[in-house]
Amino acid sequence: MLLKYAFIFILSGFALVLPLVSIVAGAILGPRKPDPVKNDIYESGLNTIGDTWIQFRAQFYLIGLVFLVFDLEVVFLYPIAMAYGRPEFGMAAVLVTLLFMALLIVGLIYDWRKGGLEWQ
Amino acid sequence: MAEWYQVLMAALVGAGVPEWIATAIALLVGVTAIGLVAPLIALILVWLLRKVISRIQDRIGPNRVGPFGLLQTIADIVKLLSKEGINPSRADFMAYNLAPILSVFGVLLLFAVVPVTRGLIGVDINVGVLYIVALGSIGIMAALMAGWGSNNKYALLSGFRVVAQLLSYEIPLVLSMLAVVLYAGTMRFGELAEQQGNFLGLGWYVFLMPGAALIFFVCALAESEQTPFDLLEAESELIAGFHIEYSGMRFAMFFLAQFLSGFVFAWVGAAMFLGGWQGPGVDLPGIGGFLAAGYMMIKTFAIYLLMIWVRGTFPRLRVDQMMSFCWKILVPLTVGLISWQMVVQVLDLPIPVIAVLVLVGNLLVMGIGLYAVGRAIRQEGFRTKRAFTPDSLIGTVQPVAE
Repeated sequence: MLLKYAFIFILSGFALVLPLVSIVAGAILGPRKPDPVKNDIYESGLNTIGDTWIQFRAQFYLIGLVFLVFDLEVVFLYPIAMAYGRPEFGMAAVLVTLLFMALLIVGLIYDWRKGGLEWQ
Repeated sequence: MAEWYQVLMAALVGAGVPEWIATAIALLVGVTAIGLVAPLIALILVWLLRKVISRIQDRIGPNRVGPFGLLQTIADIVKLLSKEGINPSRADFMAYNLAPILSVFGVLLLFAVVPVTRGLIGVDINVGVLYIVALGSIGIMAALMAGWGSNNKYALLSGFRVVAQLLSYEIPLVLSMLAVVLYAGTMRFGELAEQQGNFLGLGWYVFLMPGAALIFFVCALAESEQTPFDLLEAESELIAGFHIEYSGMRFAMFFLAQFLSGFVFAWVGAAMFLGGWQGPGVDLPGIGGFLAAGYMMIKTFAIYLLMIWVRGTFPRLRVDQMMSFCWKILVPLTVGLISWQMVVQVLDLPIPVIAVLVLVGNLLVMGIGLYAVGRAIRQEGFRTKRAFTPDSLIGTVQPVAE
């Protein structure tokens, strides 16, 4: 069992090294002639006007929050799915799970009614 | 059936190698195999995409370098290697340089759990599906880092779209995979493939759960940034996407990650819904293993070709259409599907009845989903309504009425 995770650990090291090596190889093999115009921001070929790191729409925060709630609940559903075949996982447990999902749906409906899903 | 590293280690120990060296060799062989095969697959995928898209668009595609243009991608890689990697002076150094590395990192790790044939899986961990779900988010982070770190307004816009789209579509994706896990009762890819072997191919989960399979396919398209959902690299709106400021090998890394993520999703789909390595003759001694690996690859490439077909024929969605399709159609449908399946499976019914009820639920979900999409298309009036009504007919293609 530990061996399997050791494999993933070594692979994660390898997966970091592979792109790093190819980028470094590209940097070594390619020419290097920086100049101020070339190193400027490309931005459709014109000079950038104003700051790029601007405030962005609150809509993205809303989507992020809804996602957070949903994703957490969905990840909790995986252990439930694994426990499903067990005999001790009876009708009561299923009702609790369905209640859990109903809460999720109520949240979605609330967000929907409040207009959080409308994209202007 | 022993797994590949057990076989390898037994052979090495049998040859008189100490056990810890045998373990190290087995691990390194596996890691190197994945690390070398994945970029090679990407080379084939790029060639395949260009050829198929060319055929769809009535062109020939690459045919100069090597037989059938097979070496075209290698020539492109050599070109990218010899390009200058520009460091924009005003970019955020850490985010800008880390993003291409992270995007490949997230995808390569996914190759650890997808199955090739019986006993030949990188690692057949007992949380395989959850592992795919968890690591799928690293690509989102990399794209956002690239968009933010480039200090470019278009790249930043693209980064926002990445967050909105990939986060949203992850939920129905995870839920449609949950439908299979719930029925199969396992998250191991090896066991999932094993369970789909009976009834001469009719045991494939795509026949039992067509609704979940369809939703999985749509979400896989969105998650791997393929065409109907490629808003984050809409060339006509955003110049290129979050990788505008990247050049040379750094750009190639994003390219590699995108192709590989599409392929991994096709692979996961083939393993979960199309029966994995199952097919006629896989139980034969000797040749069976090769047949099984062949079936697995054929199924994966079939799904990938379907993705390319969609890419070559579908127009791009608008942002609001894409978001409401996810939150108002896919999420309620998948939650409903899961709830239905939970109720059906807990009732004390014989297995064929459960299977039929699950199938009915899936067909219902498919029907509702397709109906909702059809209604949305009719409301939007694609192809029937003009974007604006011109005051005069000068410059329009409409024939002047007599």
